[in-house]
Amino acid sequence: MTTVASTRPARAASRPTAVDQRAPGSERRAGLLLSAPFLVIYLVFVIGPLVVGAVVSFFNTTTVKSGLGAWVGLSNYTKVCRDPLFWQAMWHSVLFTLFTTPPLVVLALLFAVLAARIRRGRVFYRIAFFAPYVVPSSVVVLIFLWIYTPQVGLAPKVFSAVGLPVPDFIGSTAGGWTAVTLMTLWWTFGFNFVLYTAAIQDVPADVYEAAAIDGAGPWQQIRLITVPLLGRTTSLVVILQILASLKVFDQIYLLLSGGPNQSTRPVIEYIYDTGFTSYRGGYGAAATLIYFAVIVAISAAWYGLRRWRATRAAA
Amino acid sequence: MSTVTTRTLPQSGADPNAARTVDPVKLFNRLCATCLTLFALIWLVPFVWALVTSLRPDGSITQHPTSLFGGGWSLHAYRYAWDNYPIGSWYLNSLVISALSVLFTVVLCSMAAFALAFLRFRGRAAILALVTAGLMVPSEALVLPQFIEYRAFHLLGTYWALVLPSAVAPVSVFVFHAFFRGIPRPLIEAARIDGASWWRVYTTVAMPICRPAAATVAILTFITSWNAFLWPLLVLNQTKSQTIPVGLASLVNPSNIQYAEVMASSVLGFLPLVAVFLIFQRQIVQGIATTGIR
Repeated sequence: MTTVASTRPARAASRPTAVDQRAPGSERRAGLLLSAPFLVIYLVFVIGPLVVGAVVSFFNTTTVKSGLGAWVGLSNYTKVCRDPLFWQAMWHSVLFTLFTTPPLVVLALLFAVLAARIRRGRVFYRIAFFAPYVVPSSVVVLIFLWIYTPQVGLAPKVFSAVGLPVPDFIGSTAGGWTAVTLMTLWWTFGFNFVLYTAAIQDVPADVYEAAAIDGAGPWQQIRLITVPLLGRTTSLVVILQILASLKVFDQIYLLLSGGPNQSTRPVIEYIYDTGFTSYRGGYGAAATLIYFAVIVAISAAWYGLRRWRATRAAA
Repeated sequence: MSTVTTRTLPQSGADPNAARTVDPVKLFNRLCATCLTLFALIWLVPFVWALVTSLRPDGSITQHPTSLFGGGWSLHAYRYAWDNYPIGSWYLNSLVISALSVLFTVVLCSMAAFALAFLRFRGRAAILALVTAGLMVPSEALVLPQFIEYRAFHLLGTYWALVLPSAVAPVSVFVFHAFFRGIPRPLIEAARIDGASWWRVYTTVAMPICRPAAATVAILTFITSWNAFLWPLLVLNQTKSQTIPVGLASLVNPSNIQYAEVMASSVLGFLPLVAVFLIFQRQIVQGIATTGIR
């Protein structure tokens, strides 16, 4: 997922259409030839799967042998919609989003605001917070599995040292959610931190200068200037975080393998299981498309809202 | 932002009066620094813990888990990990796949972005719309139909299955496109008047200028494709042909008590990328901040 709201082609698209007829043939040919390699691969290998999924969802295709199988109409969709396990998996993805989004947004904002007040050591903070983000998910899981090991691991020791009850991090549902949430916080926190840090640097210094002359203390400056001015960034960070959290797979699949009785299994793991352990390709494709529609609806709603706000602000 | 304090208290460190009186702003900043440093150190704990564990003998880990310096240190776990898992081939696979992805992404996406930014042709608006839509589409969600399609093309188990989809990331087109739009048009037109073909303008004028954008795209593509997990897990089914993340995932097992060996493998798994990050941290962070790639 990406932001790139600022680079949206509204202006670019409107300008050249009027001149289109006058563009010389060499220019039109060059344009097509230069974009063709990208376009062909993009259409076949990125848009292609969407089309394949839409087609396959109407057949009882299996993933073990090639061929479409028999036409089954809408029955895959009705079966998916009636499957409580599918809705449970959807709920687990939503639950993971609810657990991870607030701390990942609020803490990132807080730390970025604090870091902006400090002159020295910014590179150190950046490295410390962002380094986990470049580590592969399976390595993160290996390290945290060792940290969560009962008795000898670091997390049980820290939990009991500060007087918290030590949950069964890997074996229980509640402990599993705690484990995955803390691990995700460590792993992806740096991303939001960096987005906020960059946005804070764009706030002009004279705003603070004026506030300081008016007698605003540091806390008032943060509360009344920095945080409100970061509104657009917060909206961006929140949507990116929601979309990323709804796509959760690696952490839960690797660390908990779906949890006891699949009690933490997210929707992508549900699709993975139907497609690659019970080999029901058509059924899995129907589940994919329902999930896909939800994700697209959420991001479209966000874009729409942002646009509506922008036009209202302009008017 | 730190400039605020400088402005309200000019050279407060050098001024003896300011140093003696307790200044609330300064106190607040010091509190911020302490708090933040504490959390930054906490963030480094998992790395240090993995590194320390990997250097200790297994026996002392289970008997005295927190006494770090008891039992001596050794590199035995690294030797064991290297001998028992095909880490060498995993590295090689990851490297080849990531390098090919970077190469194809930079070439294909910059070409397309150049055309979109400077040339007027039929279908231009449609391509832009398609790419914009691609930014909102979560490709991870489509792994199952993707698998079915790639099997039909007999691409499963090949490097191409991993390189092709990552080579046409819409976000890379946008990074190049945004950069090209910043190039003054007269520069391009001057080259055209000198008789250069569009291909020559692209290779000799536009590409040399857009080196920073190419670097951003290259580094971010490298990291994303090195770290990809679900798609390589499905595509590469032979142990030897796996990438680092997929190969190391086979060591994930809560009942595995060879802690030192597993941590040694983890250190080997995160070392190359952390090294890349430390070298290019400025570009990486700037790239993330301007594109929001996740």
